[in-house]
Amino acid sequence: MKTLTVSVVTPDGPILEDSYEMVSCKAQSGELGILPNHIPVVAPLVISAVRLKRNNETIRVAISGGFIEVSNNQVTILAQSAESPSDIDVQRARKAKERAERRLKAKQDDIDFRRAEYALKRALNRLDIVEKR
Amino acid sequence: MASLRDIQTRITSTKKTKQITNAMQMVSASKLNKAQDNATSFVPYSKKIQEMVHHIAGRADENAHPMLTHREVKKTAYFVITSDRGLAGPFNSGILRKVYRTIQENHQSSDEYTVIVIGRIGRDFFRQRNIPIMNEIIGLSDQPSFSDIQDLTSEAVQLFIDEEIDELNIVYNHFVSAISQEVVSTKLLPLTEINQPGEQKLESMYEFEPNETEILHTLLPQYAESLIYGALLDSKASEHASRMTAMQNATDNANELIDDLSLQYNRARQAEITQEITEIVSGAAAQE
Repeated sequence: MKTLTVSVVTPDGPILEDSYEMVSCKAQSGELGILPNHIPVVAPLVISAVRLKRNNETIRVAISGGFIEVSNNQVTILAQSAESPSDIDVQRARKAKERAERRLKAKQDDIDFRRAEYALKRALNRLDIVEKR
Repeated sequence: MASLRDIQTRITSTKKTKQITNAMQMVSASKLNKAQDNATSFVPYSKKIQEMVHHIAGRADENAHPMLTHREVKKTAYFVITSDRGLAGPFNSGILRKVYRTIQENHQSSDEYTVIVIGRIGRDFFRQRNIPIMNEIIGLSDQPSFSDIQDLTSEAVQLFIDEEIDELNIVYNHFVSAISQEVVSTKLLPLTEINQPGEQKLESMYEFEPNETEILHTLLPQYAESLIYGALLDSKASEHASRMTAMQNATDNANELIDDLSLQYNRARQAEITQEITEIVSGAAAQE
């Protein structure tokens, strides 16, 4: 069976590079499922989990936005941060979640508010992935 | 002439200083290695994102996104990367001199510019001179991760999008090799270079989901942030290299000083012995 070569790249280095049968992720315009021989596509992603399928096994990778690029059965995911479940620091995510919630309650100016919102989304995403492992 | 004891004390203290500088040199050498590793692991990301930007923005209209558009410059921001600690030779002084001179030459009033600074040395420098600092980070680790500076970079980019600043220049030490670093100053925003011809690639076959403009909105800020992070990694490598060289020089100087002092010490010792012999001989001669 044909496979996709998937690489997840972040500024701190490549996180993962392997072949999978299917990639599904959440783009800004909706869910996106990618099978081998997909047409070349570029799409921005939202803070979510990328699911990589192989032999009836699914691996979930937490990403904080970024992009997916597909061409020639080569899938590249560019994200500012990405972690597989085993790399997620649960303690840190919990703390980040609490901190963000506190800030949202305090309702400061716009920039802080937006930033706290993003932080909360990232933290929830990480915790969610750890729980569903 | 200094007494034997004085010289001895100086030799001992110089030896101790040498031990310290030598240790610092070795520490910097190992940090330099790590910094270079970090820079290497950043390469795939930066290459990929650059490729994408060229692909999309290269074909897009200049007005497709505010970050691509030149506008009248009312306020310029300088993003300055320095270190937290000194003892790194000309690392900080070179960069601060350059920024200070640029500001003096190009601006009349302090409304026309602002500074975003990384590193304690830079912050103190600008504070002392009453230069407005818009944002700062100090106490960054020697191996910074992207999340450490993400807030700062996204804020800098946001300021540009909100038209608070009309130009963003980044000034940092570029790592050429372990013995040579140079101060570079580049214009980061607006992103004009990517529209230049000559970079024409094959007409892309990509399908854009949802469309190119939407993608630019997400891609360009991320690209600008990655450029800043790249500059930071570059600067960290330079810092360690610069400190390594400075400490190497200090160790060499200490060695030279110790040699000189040892020579002086031996001369003084011989002079003392000679004098003693002369005294004994003359004393004996007087007895006869």
